[in-house]
Amino acid sequence: MNDTERVIMSLFDYVVDRWERLSLSAWLHVSEVVQATLLAAVVGVLIGVAVYRSPAGSAVATALASTILTIPSFALLGLLIPVFGLGATPSVIALVLYALLPITRNTIVGLSGVDPAVRDAARGIGMSRLSVLTRVELRLAWPAILAGMRVATQMLMGIAVIAAYAKGPGLGGEVFSGLTRAGSANATNQALAGTLGVVILALLLEAGYFVLARLTVSRGIRG
Amino acid sequence: MSAATDVRAFSTESGSRRAERVRLLAQPAAVVVLVGSVLTWAFARDNDEIEAQSINAATLLTKTWEHVVITFVVAAVVAGVAVPLGIVLTRPWARPAAPLFIAVANIGQAAPALGVLVLFFLWTEWEGLWAAALPIAFYSLLPVLRNTITGIRSVDPALVDAGRGIGMSAFGVLLRVELPLAVPMVLAGLRTSLVLAVGTATLAFFVNGGGLGELVDTGYKLNRVPVLVVGAVLAVGLALLVDWIGAVLEEYLGPRGLS
Repeated sequence: MNDTERVIMSLFDYVVDRWERLSLSAWLHVSEVVQATLLAAVVGVLIGVAVYRSPAGSAVATALASTILTIPSFALLGLLIPVFGLGATPSVIALVLYALLPITRNTIVGLSGVDPAVRDAARGIGMSRLSVLTRVELRLAWPAILAGMRVATQMLMGIAVIAAYAKGPGLGGEVFSGLTRAGSANATNQALAGTLGVVILALLLEAGYFVLARLTVSRGIRG
Repeated sequence: MSAATDVRAFSTESGSRRAERVRLLAQPAAVVVLVGSVLTWAFARDNDEIEAQSINAATLLTKTWEHVVITFVVAAVVAGVAVPLGIVLTRPWARPAAPLFIAVANIGQAAPALGVLVLFFLWTEWEGLWAAALPIAFYSLLPVLRNTITGIRSVDPALVDAGRGIGMSAFGVLLRVELPLAVPMVLAGLRTSLVLAVGTATLAFFVNGGGLGELVDTGYKLNRVPVLVVGAVLAVGLALLVDWIGAVLEEYLGPRGLS
């Protein structure tokens, strides 16, 4: 057996051995990220809808959103610990905040990208402003919103690992124990299981978004 | 900001020129106010012995400097690797290999930054600046690589033909036509990479690489909230400043004719 095979075999044994704990962590990781993304999608789209008609409002909202996106996640997490303590609360707050930003920005970009002629036409055939929004504008902006959710989910998968520093749930715990036990037999296996687990889950979610886009994007605007 | 915002990728671009102009002015002002008030508070309060060990000019400057060095080493590595690689991958003879490299870079970015950092540390057993900078560079490579490739590919082929037609060599066309036209895209990618780098550099202390994350960790472990807050706020200020520098570079380094 060469070195690579040995690494793979030992990782395989490790994963099989700890399957119960690892699959639970993986489940918690995904469920935390998906819930945060959904919550952020509701809030983000509402913010986007509230400001997209006003150029100044859009500018302030997007400037604020992208500025907050710049904040290092570890710094934000650190600031949340004294206020909210350890555990799921600070990590969920951090996740929702970060997810909010790409979704809000994309909602605004998507809504303001709708051809004014289409909007006028919808008004012209007698649709109310609300139905123009829900049946024309939001449907045309949906691919951009969905893309924002996808970017958010991808980002959150990594941030949730860092959130394990504040004792948040998920696979980050594996990475951290791998680090603190550096030198011991299973340290690398632990870090590897956590990291690869996140990569695999991220790819699965990516596939999920692909399917979701096929199912929900209006046929007329599918690329 | 002249290029349309790519809504399919991570970026701190706001997607509108107006918002970018607001940030160009507001961001440095916000940094000054935020960092200034927190530092004033931290130095004015009665610090106990443990707090004073971290909250003093020398320590704060050292940690900030370490953070800046990591960020710029990463940026230099990213620019030095991703731009030439992107150029090579757009040459006709190397084109088939492009999807492969993009896929690897994609996985690099999909992998959690902390996981990459920890694994690199466990495998190499290195510590310090390079143990932090190399994995962070791998993690933040994708935006520059992808934008270099897209930027060069989106150059109008008629311009390349025209360049060749007036007798320029393939290399001359690359240097004097394709690259200048791709500069705005490359700069946008570099700004995103810089933001990723300055954010991930807060994790460098996990592999003894120093940086402002160390203050957050010290404050948390020793239960000294002021130390934690000072570290976190300095990291936030630095990140905003680095993003702002990226925005300024985008604004002023792009070729005049394109803006």
